[in-house]
Amino acid sequence: MNEGNSSNGRVTWEGCSVLLDINDGDRLVFARLSPAAKLKIGNKNCSLQPLIGRAFGTVFQVDTAPGGPCLSPAQVHVTNAEEIGDGQGNDEWRDKVNVNSADEVRDGAVNVESRDNRALVDNNTAQSLTGEDIEAMRRQGARGNEIIEALIANSATFEKKTAFSQEKYRLKKQKKYAPKVLMRRPVARSICEAYFKKYPSKIGFLRVDTLSLLLSMANVSSNSDILVVDMIGGLLTGAVAERLGGTGFVCNSYFGQAPYSMDIVRIFNLSDEICKRILRSPISDLLSPKESSEKILQHDVCNVEGQSNDQISASVSMVENSHSSENGISDIGIDNTEPAIEVRKAPKAGERAQKEVIDSWKENGFSSLIVAAPELDTWTVVKDLLPLLANSAPFAIYHQYLQPLATCMHNLQLGKMAIGLQISEPWLREYQVLPSRTHPCMQMSAFGGYILSGTKICSTANSATPTD
Amino acid sequence: MLACHPAKKLSFNRSISDGDLVIVYEKHESMKAVTVCEGSVLQNRFGVFKHSDWIGKQFGSKVFSSKGGFVYLLAPTPELWTLVLNHRTQILYIADISFVITYLEVLPGCVVLESGTGSGSLTTSLARAVAPSGHVNTFDFHEQRAESARADFERTGLSSLVTVKVRDIQGEGFPDDFTGMVDSVFLDLPQPWLTIPSAAKVLRHDGTLCSFSPCIEQVQRTCETLRTRFTDIRTFEVLLRTYEVREERMQSLSEDGDGSNGSVHRKRRQCSDGSYVLSGSPSISSVMARPCGEARGHTGYLTFARVKCVS
Repeated sequence: MNEGNSSNGRVTWEGCSVLLDINDGDRLVFARLSPAAKLKIGNKNCSLQPLIGRAFGTVFQVDTAPGGPCLSPAQVHVTNAEEIGDGQGNDEWRDKVNVNSADEVRDGAVNVESRDNRALVDNNTAQSLTGEDIEAMRRQGARGNEIIEALIANSATFEKKTAFSQEKYRLKKQKKYAPKVLMRRPVARSICEAYFKKYPSKIGFLRVDTLSLLLSMANVSSNSDILVVDMIGGLLTGAVAERLGGTGFVCNSYFGQAPYSMDIVRIFNLSDEICKRILRSPISDLLSPKESSEKILQHDVCNVEGQSNDQISASVSMVENSHSSENGISDIGIDNTEPAIEVRKAPKAGERAQKEVIDSWKENGFSSLIVAAPELDTWTVVKDLLPLLANSAPFAIYHQYLQPLATCMHNLQLGKMAIGLQISEPWLREYQVLPSRTHPCMQMSAFGGYILSGTKICSTANSATPTD
Repeated sequence: MLACHPAKKLSFNRSISDGDLVIVYEKHESMKAVTVCEGSVLQNRFGVFKHSDWIGKQFGSKVFSSKGGFVYLLAPTPELWTLVLNHRTQILYIADISFVITYLEVLPGCVVLESGTGSGSLTTSLARAVAPSGHVNTFDFHEQRAESARADFERTGLSSLVTVKVRDIQGEGFPDDFTGMVDSVFLDLPQPWLTIPSAAKVLRHDGTLCSFSPCIEQVQRTCETLRTRFTDIRTFEVLLRTYEVREERMQSLSEDGDGSNGSVHRKRRQCSDGSYVLSGSPSISSVMARPCGEARGHTGYLTFARVKCVS
C-alpha cells in the first residue's frame, strides 16, 4: 500500500482525497486527485494533476500555462522576510482577512488612524480601468496580482480609504482576479466543518464540537468495538474509524433491510487496514439470539423490534432517495471523469459483518454506542440497542431536538438501565483577535445540537423497563 | 483504562479483580477512584463496603454496604477520570478536552507534546487518542507535580503511552531531539508566546498547535507571535450547557377532562381503604427539560494554529 495512504500522510498521492478550500471558504470542494481530474475556478477549467505529490497545507494559484490554465503553488509573499529566514517560505498570505490583515496596522497605528470615509461617495466613477482594459491586460499575460495592483493604481479613492478598507478592497479583488486554492487534509475536523458550513442538513446539523463530544463521551479508543447508528451520511462512522486507527471495529448498524448511506466515509483517506474495521450489520442480526445459549430477555427485545421494522424501513428508503437525488458536496464531476481510478482506489469500507464477529459482539458486548439518527425514535433505538453493550459501557446519543432525548433520559431513569445520565448542549464561539480589535466574531452558529450521555449498568434481576 | 490488551477489554465476561482501578459512583457528580484491594474497605455516608465483595462482580454492578446503602462500580474512562482525579492545578474539562483533540487532529500514531502536565486531565484523553502506536510527551516544571502525574498514569495504566518530564518549557523550549518530529503541541502556560518559536521548530510540516489561556490579554500576545510562523490561527471559546429532565404534572384547564386532549390523566388519589378515586381537577403529565441553573461560565480561550507550509 502507498505509504502516504494513511491518516497521518502529509503529502498527497494519486487517488488521494483532498479538501480544496477556494478563497477562504467561499467554496469548499472534496476531490479525488488523478491526472484527468479537473476543477472549474471562475471561468477556467484547471487540471488537478499539479496537486499530486504536494504537501497538505499548500496554497495554489491559477496560472496561465501554454496548455491552458493550471494550478501552481502560490508565489511567496513575504511579510516578514527576516523571520522566514531562507526566503523560501510559502507564506499563506492573507489567509483570513480578520486574522492576517493587520500587518500594516500593527504597532499601534490602529489607534491613530486619521482617515475616515466622510469623503467617499458611491457613484461608480472611482475606478478608471474598464472591463476591456482588464481583458487586454489578461491577453498580454498579466498575472492576477498585477491586475490587482493596476486596479489599485487606477482607483481614485483607494488612498483615501482607511487601512482596514484598503485591505478589504485588496481581498475582494484578489478573490476575483487571483483566486487561491488551499489544499487540506480530509479528516473528521475538516470534513465536519465543510459540511456544517455548506450542507448542514446532510450531517443532521452536527457541529464539529458536538462530534468531538460524541467521540469523547463514547470513549472511542483503540481496540474497542463501537456500535453506531449513523444516519448522517457516514460522518460519524468515518470519524470513529479514524480514531480506532485500524484496531477494534466500528459496527454501522441499521434497522430494516437497507443500510444507511455511508458516502462521507470515502472522503476520509482511510487506509485499507482502517476500512476493514468498518462493518455493517442489520440490527435484527445483532439482536437475534446466539444459536446455543441465549437468554429469554433477548427474545423479547427481538419481537418488539420485528414489529416496528416495516415502519422504519419506509423512512430509510426515503433517506436513501434524498441522498442520491441531491448532489453531494463533492459536486464537481471529478468522480465522473475517471471512474477507473475511483473504483480502484475507493476503500472497501462497510462489508457486511460475518457471523463470527457478530457472535463475538454478542458474547462480549460492544464497548460503547453512538447514535445520530434524526429520523428514528430515540427511545426505541436506545431501548433496543442498550442490551448489546457491555456493562459499564458509555453511550452518547445525538439529536437536534431536545424532546426525544428528554423522553429517552426519563425512560432510562425509570428503567434503571443507566447512570450518569446527562443532556448537554455545546456552545462554540469564535473570536477575532487583532491588536485593539479583539471581539467575538459577528456571525456564529447558535446551535450545535444536543447530546444525551450516560453509562449502562448491569440490569437488576427483573427491573421492569417502561413501555413506550 | 485503555484496552491495550484485548483481555482487559470491557465485556460481559470480564469481572473486577484484585488490583483493578474502579470508579465508585454514588450519584451524579459524586464519584471516587478506588484501587481494589482484597482486604480493604471503602467507607462513605452509605456505609462500609468490603472490597472482597466486589471481586468477581462485573463492572457496572450495584454493590451494597453493611447497612444496605449502595454504589455502582464503573470501569474507568478518561471522562470519569477527569471527574475524580486529584486537583493539583486547575484542570481542563470535557468540552475543552474533546474539542482540542479533534481540532488538533490527534489520531492514532501521533506524537504530541504538552506543557504543563498539571493534573493530567487532558493528558489522559491525549493518550487515548494517540493509542496504540503514538506517544504523548508531557512536561511540567514542578518536580513533585510531575512525580504525582507519573504515579497517576501508572495507576490508570497509561504509562506506556505517556512520558512525563520535568522541564521549564517556557524558559528552555522543547528538547531539540523533537525537531520536526511532532504532530501536535498543546500549551497551557502563563506566557505561551515565549514557547511559540520552539513549538514551530518541533512541529512537522502542517502540524497543529493549541494554546489554552484564561485571559484575553494572553491570547492577544500569543496570536501576534503566532503570525510569523503559523497560519490558520483561530480562537474559540467552548462551553457546555446541561439540562435537567423532570416529569411534571400540570393542571389542565379544559372544562371536562375527557375527549379533547388525548394525554389527560385524572389524578388518582389512594383512599384509606386502598381503593382509588379520581380527584376533581384533571392534570396533564409530561416530561420536560430545562437548562440547569448554574454552569461554568468561562474556562479559557482555545487558540489553534497550523505551522506554515514551507516548501
